[in-house]
Amino acid sequence: MSTLTPTLTPTLVTDTWNVMTRELKPVFREPASVLFAMVQPLVFLALFAPLLPDTGDGSALQWFVPGIVAMTTLMGASFTGANLLQEMVTGSHERLLVSPLSRTSLLVGRALKEIVPMLMQTAIIIAVCTPFSFDLHLGGVLLAMVIMAAFSVGIGALSFALALVSRGQDWLFWTVQQTLVFPLLLLAGVLLPLDGAPGWLRFLSDLNPLTYVVEAVRPLFAGSYPLDTIGAGLLASALVAALGLAVGLRAMRASS
Amino acid sequence: MLPSVVAMMIRTRGLTRHFTRHQQTVEAVRGLDLDVREGELVAFLGPNGAGKSTTLRMLTTLVAPTSGTAEVAGYDVVRDQRDVRRSIGYVGQGNGAGHQQRGRDELVSQARAFGLSRAAAGARADELLEAFDLTEHAGRPVSTLSGGQRRRLDVAIGLVQSPRVLFLDEPSTGLDPQNRVNLQEQVRRLHREQGTTIVLTTHYLEEADAIADRVVVIDHGVVIADDTAVALRSGLGDLVTLGLASEADAVTAAERGARLVPGASVERAGAVVRLRAPRASEAAAGLVTDLAATGVAIARLEVTSATLDDVFLELTGRSLRESDTAPTLEGAPA
Ligand SMILES: Nc1ncnc2c1ncn2[C@@H]1O[C@H](COP(=O)(O)OP(=O)(O)O)[C@@H](O)[C@H]1O
Ligand SMILES: [Mg+2]
Repeated sequence: MSTLTPTLTPTLVTDTWNVMTRELKPVFREPASVLFAMVQPLVFLALFAPLLPDTGDGSALQWFVPGIVAMTTLMGASFTGANLLQEMVTGSHERLLVSPLSRTSLLVGRALKEIVPMLMQTAIIIAVCTPFSFDLHLGGVLLAMVIMAAFSVGIGALSFALALVSRGQDWLFWTVQQTLVFPLLLLAGVLLPLDGAPGWLRFLSDLNPLTYVVEAVRPLFAGSYPLDTIGAGLLASALVAALGLAVGLRAMRASS
Repeated sequence: MLPSVVAMMIRTRGLTRHFTRHQQTVEAVRGLDLDVREGELVAFLGPNGAGKSTTLRMLTTLVAPTSGTAEVAGYDVVRDQRDVRRSIGYVGQGNGAGHQQRGRDELVSQARAFGLSRAAAGARADELLEAFDLTEHAGRPVSTLSGGQRRRLDVAIGLVQSPRVLFLDEPSTGLDPQNRVNLQEQVRRLHREQGTTIVLTTHYLEEADAIADRVVVIDHGVVIADDTAVALRSGLGDLVTLGLASEADAVTAAERGARLVPGASVERAGAVVRLRAPRASEAAAGLVTDLAATGVAIARLEVTSATLDDVFLELTGRSLRESDTAPTLEGAPA
């Protein structure tokens, strides 16, 4: 059977690509599935947008939309461990662990996959908002996507790590996920500005990496490029990515 | 990468695994010594909780042994994990195919993990879909397949790289009888045509009996018997049951039976006599003639060869059927 001769030596890159494309197949087959993580953000958008002060120039929506993008990214990436929970129960995760795919690729491939639904979701939000006096600044949005991509990779990896340690205890996964997501969003000033917040809240907000991510994404969406804010956002998202991958790899190695 | 000749495809010494949960230690596998030669087809038979899956999970690098050693295809399951994984196919107790995936995609992805080019992986996927009669379901989400189709897909995924050793954990649990027989046939054909070394677990006696050259009976984490199914059964002998007209006749029949069939163990309960001996089926006719000549009227005669359940009963004092309470199809225990 000549067809069975391995012609390629699998490497970390090919393994990771294999894992990532495998994870993406259900997304591409059912693109509507990316809407799941968007239900809440879109509801918030619909309910909050009319409440925003009418500044006449649409700047309120300009302020609000990046926050909704960040919210969607955080939600989507934090949900993805649920896939792994299911795969651990049904058995396909076990099959992958016995395959020659490296542990690293099983984690990194899954985390990188998060970027694609994040881009699809952002495109939907922008498409929904553009008719309502939201100005699209493509260059800024693309740079913002780089920051969000790193952030979602990190959150995705953390979500997978959480799924690995919650094995067989779905409630643990969902409890931790739900407990963390909203404080992170509120403390980042996604829905309401924290300008008038008491000191302790500001302190917590300063510790929240999402704060810097959102603060960098806002001017970028408006087409301006304040270098220090953008730099802080990039740094925060890179730290989240590094932390997520480190924690995820540890969890992956410890679980098998 | 391939050690072309290994003395034993599987070799374990003192292989042991304990689990601690809620401060209780379960000795799932206790000191397993096992040698499997290349090309053997071995069934691990035992009730739920016997330690079959844990053994397979150690041999496939999924759980580390607490103590002892194991080598698969010449590689140590702790030190050479990647080499073990490249040498084996594994079909776990759950579904190897992701429920949200399509069958063909999973086959291709698995083939690529083994280093096949895109074209070769596609060709291999189609070949296996054909062989397992899944071609027309190749594009459906796995969650919509029937239990039998899904299980065939799992086995196909395990075979993508034509592994030297194939491990199957309860391959037919949850299948209806027809699908079960089909799957057994496929496993036997694979063994016959490709010479693949196969280790499978089952708690179905009939399956172990029908499929395997060699049956390893496991109970409470230890091997309690290891032989061919035929040898296991014939060691126990056949059972001849005689129903007599009266107790007096039964007493006579028991006496003559014990004398005529050397080495027989004879029991009498009321007017029924049970006689168990190696090759008792061959002696039954002589016994019947003898009793007829003696004037003992036989109302009922039954000759059965021992089943693996009788073997298990003999070895453990329990019936495998009784201890086989509702098999749980748990996917991947930690
Ligand atoms: N991950 C685990 N944690 C705790 N106990 C386990 C684990 N896996 C198996 N066991 C226990 O080990 C014993 C053997 O289990 P298993 O190998 O699955 O048996 P079988 O496959 O023969 O049904 C059982 O008592 C089971 O409860
Ligand atoms: Mg089992």
